[in-house]
Parts: sequence; C-alpha cells; structure tokens
Amino acid sequence: MDKNREKLNIVVVGHVDHGKSTLIGRLLYDTNTLPEGAIEKVKRISKEKGKTFEYAYLLDAFEEEQKQGITIDTTQLQFSTENREYVIIDAPGHKEFLKNMISGAANAEAALLLVDAKEGIQEQSKRHGYILSLLGIEKVYVVINKMDLIDYSETKYNEIQKYFNEFLHNLNIYPLKYIPISAFHGENLTKKSTNMDWYKGDTILEAMDNIHKDKSLVEKPLRFPVQDVYKFDDRRIIAGRIESGTLSVGDEILISPEQKLTRVKTIEHWADTDKRNVAYAGMSVGITLEDEFFNKRGEFISHVNESPLIGNLFNANIFWMGKKPLEKNKSYKLKISTQEVECEIFAINRIIDASTLESTNNSQIIQKNDVAEVTIKTKHMISFDEFKNIHLTGRFVLVDELDVSGGGIIIGIEDSLQNRELNTKSINIAPRKRLVTRKDREEKFKQKGKVIWLTGLPGCGKNEIALKLEKKLFDLGNKVYYLDSANIRFGLSSDLTFTTEDSREQTRRIAEVANLFADSGTVTIVTSVSRFKKDREYAKTIIGTNHYMEIFIDATEEVYRKRNAKGVYEDSDGQFIYEKSEEPVITLHIDREDFNSEQKAQSIMELLK
Amino acid sequence: MDHLEQLEAQSIYIFREAYKHFGKLGMLWSIGKDSTVMLWLAKKAFFGYCPFPLIHVDTKYKIPAMIEYRDKMAKELDLNLIVHTNEDAIKEGMGPQHGRLVCCKALKTDALHQVTKEHEFEGLILGIRRDEEGSRSKERVFSERNAESQWDYTDQPPELWDQFKTDFKKGNHIRVHPILHWSEVDIWEYIKKENIPLIDLYFSKEGKRYRSLGCQPCTNPIISNATTIDEIIDELKNTKESERSGRAQDQEDSHAMQKLRKSGYM
Repeated sequence: MDKNREKLNIVVVGHVDHGKSTLIGRLLYDTNTLPEGAIEKVKRISKEKGKTFEYAYLLDAFEEEQKQGITIDTTQLQFSTENREYVIIDAPGHKEFLKNMISGAANAEAALLLVDAKEGIQEQSKRHGYILSLLGIEKVYVVINKMDLIDYSETKYNEIQKYFNEFLHNLNIYPLKYIPISAFHGENLTKKSTNMDWYKGDTILEAMDNIHKDKSLVEKPLRFPVQDVYKFDDRRIIAGRIESGTLSVGDEILISPEQKLTRVKTIEHWADTDKRNVAYAGMSVGITLEDEFFNKRGEFISHVNESPLIGNLFNANIFWMGKKPLEKNKSYKLKISTQEVECEIFAINRIIDASTLESTNNSQIIQKNDVAEVTIKTKHMISFDEFKNIHLTGRFVLVDELDVSGGGIIIGIEDSLQNRELNTKSINIAPRKRLVTRKDREEKFKQKGKVIWLTGLPGCGKNEIALKLEKKLFDLGNKVYYLDSANIRFGLSSDLTFTTEDSREQTRRIAEVANLFADSGTVTIVTSVSRFKKDREYAKTIIGTNHYMEIFIDATEEVYRKRNAKGVYEDSDGQFIYEKSEEPVITLHIDREDFNSEQKAQSIMELLK
Repeated sequence: MDHLEQLEAQSIYIFREAYKHFGKLGMLWSIGKDSTVMLWLAKKAFFGYCPFPLIHVDTKYKIPAMIEYRDKMAKELDLNLIVHTNEDAIKEGMGPQHGRLVCCKALKTDALHQVTKEHEFEGLILGIRRDEEGSRSKERVFSERNAESQWDYTDQPPELWDQFKTDFKKGNHIRVHPILHWSEVDIWEYIKKENIPLIDLYFSKEGKRYRSLGCQPCTNPIISNATTIDEIIDELKNTKESERSGRAQDQEDSHAMQKLRKSGYM
C-alpha cells in the first residue's frame, strides 16, 4: 500500500439547481466508488419518489433534502483515481444555506464552480465566487454544466466564459480552467464528450489529477499557537499544532504578544516511534521550554525573526452569516487560531453586495450574507499575520453570543501603526492603507528607516553630538534628518512648558513623529531629555525594537553645572531626575564640558555599522 | 507528513480542543476498532494519560466476547470506565423483537441520554466517521445536542477553519467527533502502523468474521477468510459492500439512521 498517496480536498459550489450534487454523484458512479448498496438504495428511493435515477440522492442523504430535491447541508465523500485520493465536498447552492456552503468550502484546497449553461451566471454563482476569494481558495475551475440543453454551443460557452471572467478578475480570482460538461449524461467528467469536438481541454477528472498541492507551509515562518498547557506529571508540556514552519529542539523562540524569549528544551512524545527533535507544519506536538513562564493558550510561538504582528486594531474583509445583523460597537468574540478575545467593529468602511458588487459606505449594520470591509478593535493585544502572507494565522471567526456568525481575513494595517496598542478619541474614522509600503521605500532608497534616540539631562551634550552625527551620515549619502526637541518646541509643541505632564507629552509627540520619519525610510536622529523610563519604552514599542537605538548621554554633575547655566534643571513640579533604564543601554560618558563631540559622533557611527 | 500522520495530527488537535473547553468530558468506548483507535489517539494527545472517563453503553445483547474483552482491557489499562445500561427497559423485556428502531432507541439512544444526564457531561467524544453512512456524513466535528440529546440537523452552525462550537446553552452538550474524516481503510492502516491490540472478532474464524460490531442479534458477520490486517485491508479495497451492510437497524428504513440520530443515537 502506498502510504504516501496524496489527499486533496475539493469543494463543488454554484447556484442552486445548477447540478452540483448530480455532478458529484455521477463522478462517484463513473469511478466505481460506490458500494453496491448505495446504488440500490438510490434506485429504490428514486422510484419511491417517482423520479428517474437521481444521482443527487447519493449525497443528499437527509430525507428532507431528497423530498425537496435540494442540498441543505454540506457533505464529504471520498473517491480515488490512480493519482490520489479525493475528498469531494458538496455545498448547498441556495442562498438560505450560505453558512453551510462556507463550512464546506472552508476546508477545500481547490474548487469547482458550477454554472448552468442555459440559465447562465446567477446570484450565487457570483456570491460563491466572492466567498472563494475570501476563503483564500485560488485553485478555481469553472464548470459549465448542462451543455446538452444549449445544443453544446461553443458560442454560448465562450460568452459565459467572457462574462464570468470579467466579474471574477475584479475579485482577483483567475480560474485555472473552464470545462464544458453534461453531468447527467456523463460528458467530459471522466470521458471526453463526443458532442463537443471543439473543446480541446481536459475532462474534469484530468483537470483534478493535474492540480498541484500547495506544499509550501513548511517553508513559511514558524507559527506554533499554544493550544493548552499540560501538567499530568512533572513535565510542563506546551501542546498545540504547528501551523507553519519548522521547530527544532534548541531553537530560540519568541512568545507573542508578550514578546518573551526562551529556548525549546524538548519535543515530547508517548509512543516511542514518535520520538523526534524536529517538528514540521501540520504536526500536533508538545514541547517543554528552558524558561518557566506562565504560558497559556492563545500565545503564539515563533522564531525571533519573522515574528507575527501584534496589535489591537486592524482592517479585515468579512462575510456575515448570523441571523442577527452585525452592528458597530456591539461586543462580539473573535477567534483567531487558538486566541479568543472580545472585540467590536470599530468602523464599517464598505459593504459589498456580492452579486452586484455595488458598495455602500454609509451603513451601520451588516446583514446576513453580506460581505464587508471593516476595522476591528480587540479588547487586548493579539498576535496575527496578514492573510496574504500566512493564511492560517490571518483568518478568524466572529461569534455572536453562542454561534459562529461570521468569518474574515486580516488585511492588516498601515506600517507605521503596526505592533502597538491603538486608541483614539476621534469617532467615525478608521486607519487606512496606502499603495506604497515601507518595504517599497526601503528597497528604492536602499536604506532602512530607523531612529537614533539620544537621551539625557539638559546640558549633557546631546545636541552637539547629534549635529555632528547628522552631518557624518549625510556626507556618506544617507537620507538623514535630525529632530531637535528644542526646535520642535517652537513649532509642533509651542503649546507645551516644562512641567512633568508637558514633558511627557513632548516625548510622546517626538516619538510619534520619529516613527513616521522612520516609516518614510529616513535615518532619524532624535535628541530628547525623555527622562521618564516609560516614555522611552513607549517610543521603543511604537518604533519597533529593530529600528530603535537608544543612546544615553551620561555627564558628571560638574559638567551639567558648567554647561547648563540657564537653570533648566528645576521645573515647576520639583526635581529633574533621570530614570535610568533597567536593561543595559548604550551609554556615552561625558566627563568634561569641552568634550570632543566629533569623537562621540564617530563612536555612534561605529555602532551603526 | 504522510496521509495517516495528517489524519492523526488533526484528530489529536480535536481531542485537545475538547479537553480544553469542556469540564465534564467523557468518551464513548464500544470495544470496536474505531473506539480502540480513539483511545490510542487520546493517549497520544495527552502524553500517555486519558484525562476523562470512558463510557460503555451496554445493551446486554452484545456479543459475549466483547464484554470479556472490555473487562480485561479495563483492568489491564487501568481505565476509568463507566458502564451503563437502561435497566428499566431491560426489566420490561426490551429486545429486538419489539422492532429494531424501537430497541435501538431504548437500549442505546435512551441509555446514552441517561448516562449523559447522570454525569452532567458537557462534552461527549464519539468515534463516528463520515463514510459510515449518510447522516454521519453530514455531521460537524463539534455538534450540539439539546437537553433531550436531540440533534437539529436542519440548522447546523457553520464550522470553518478548525473553529469549533464550544459555546452552548447550559443543559445542552456537544458531541465531539475526532475521527470524522477517517475512512474505514484509514482505521485499519493505522491499527497496522501503530500495532494497536484489537479484539479478535474482526479476524476470520471458520470462514466468517465481523466487519462491524454491534449487538449480537442484529449484527451479521460476513463471509471472509481474512485472518491478518493486511488481508482485511486487501478485502476492503476490493469490496463493493458497505461497512454497515451487516447491521440490521440500518436496513430497516431508508432513513433509519437519520431518525435514530435525530433523537440522540451515536
């Protein structure tokens, strides 16, 4: 037995009565997959209901489905060809049962989108097309069925193809093939049709056998969402399924969204045959770590580079299946991978009628079966990826009270607003994305944006060092800008004094501006007293650890007294004390008031290499 | 990962989701091949431990060898086993002579409902598979039952992207199906690969063997000479008979299983 026979999940979708169940039933029949009992059973039931042999009854197992001749819920059946095993998923076509179609299609790797040649493209043909794109299914085959009813006309077939392509291309769906068939007569399913000599393409079975499975999950960045933590004995085992990437014993890992660092100690097992030192995407594993943090379900384990995004506000495309409409500012539960968090719809940016592609910008509610572009705010920070980068950690469901009522994919958020907690006093706004990304700029300018943050009490020499540093970087051809906090107090911060409150606000403003400069691709030098630890941490968080270099300029008492005669030492709130950081920080020592700023600037240049 | 490894990883994921979300969790164990694989998967999921009780719904009509095997295994593996029978129905003389659907309802469906209520189970793990029969093929992985253990299959919630129904009204429970996506052949190949000990009724004796195990009066053995797992797998790959063709209750009505399962059958 060939243990390595592949399995491929294919969903069959399309408007009601366009022939999905018949297609699948006929495929099973023609590939000799059906047990004897099944054919006899369908013959008997068809006769009982006064019909000729209904292939659809093979799948529409519910009595209600057979009585009414419609598929209510999704079902899965297996059949095999020489190449591989297929799991074929039948989905209901009726608008009423869209949520069941989504349940079926969500598990598919490829889709057959069926269209009735005589009726042409209908509402659900379009809606299913749109849903397929939201579910991330790219391998789509459009099957034009009931060709016998239009006399196998090549002209009509081409018309349908042209019209549907226009619609689908607008949604960024590029069907791999169009196939004309008659499911009922078994034409072009497993055998070529004798009535369509003009068609030179594959039969459905040939097309399916030629589908390439997506094998790239192992090569994507590591994503190991924690499912649970077990302590059945003295081992503290972190259990879950590796969604993408590879994990090895000894790997240094990052736990998000807390951003804790540790190493993998062991990969646990029960059966001896499962003992291993490396685990891959798809495996359900259990590991132990070097450091004993309080780990819990929902945390993401990744490598330090290529870590997930963290945030509490992001844009998403969603589809709504709930009985009650989706409302802004109402509380829902968001489930993304193993995370569960309370959320609300912060903004409804666009509602799309999937069949007409008409959109409205002015609604506060999303109805059942609508698709919308929204901004979601979560109660606390979560880890995620943009759907286009990693499907598995970029998609989520929304729960309204007790039921899964919606699903969606994460489009993401503007680069400069990533990886930080977002809040605003404004209402009726939402963050927007642009066409030019940070990465685009970095590639074009051939430099990475960053912030060099010089901190220290007034008089320590920050400004002198910054001036020299800016010139040095500029002369070397860098796009560099020095944000001088003193100058800012004449412009942006002309409304601030030196009270504690205002000093903190000044630091906040400088951090936000520096972040925007870094995002633009500029090497940004900042001089700011920023004597409060928390404010510097804030700057580091919003700018990003990898783009932020903090340099503490530490001068002696004597130097301060000599250089800071104006007395901006005291402020109206009390003493000017510098809060040093807990972790080690790059420090430059100044022990004389006529120190060599050129030299100090050069030492920073060395660090930048 | 090969095909069986993928199936296994998915099942383990499902077990772990159930354990995380349901305080009172139990697993049906019928001594057959599917529930034996299930117990093996549970051990893999929880690193050698099975952190919830096993439940056997004993109709008193089971093939005696099954009961012997059950008791032997429970002792050997030190299993936390709950055996439950619908004693009232038995006392009243319930049996297949009253009609198969009636008997199945009383001794299996009602019995399961009783034990569910008695122990206040929030989650019940069952080893059903899609390819067994029609109504099972329409199941969700996490499928809700109401306070009377009934199944509303006309309005199932959407289940996508491995996000399962874990929120439900108090008094209801969720049926969890970790091997829903496995086929009959997959089960046998896994048993072979992992060397899982199994009751010998599945292997041929005097030209017959059981393909599916149920109660003695309603389960018919098939004609077969397969005495090893390889021979069984070979036989299955070449047969046109369905797995449950020897189960009398399935044949009684075109939609027998759907009717039974609507009111809470496994």
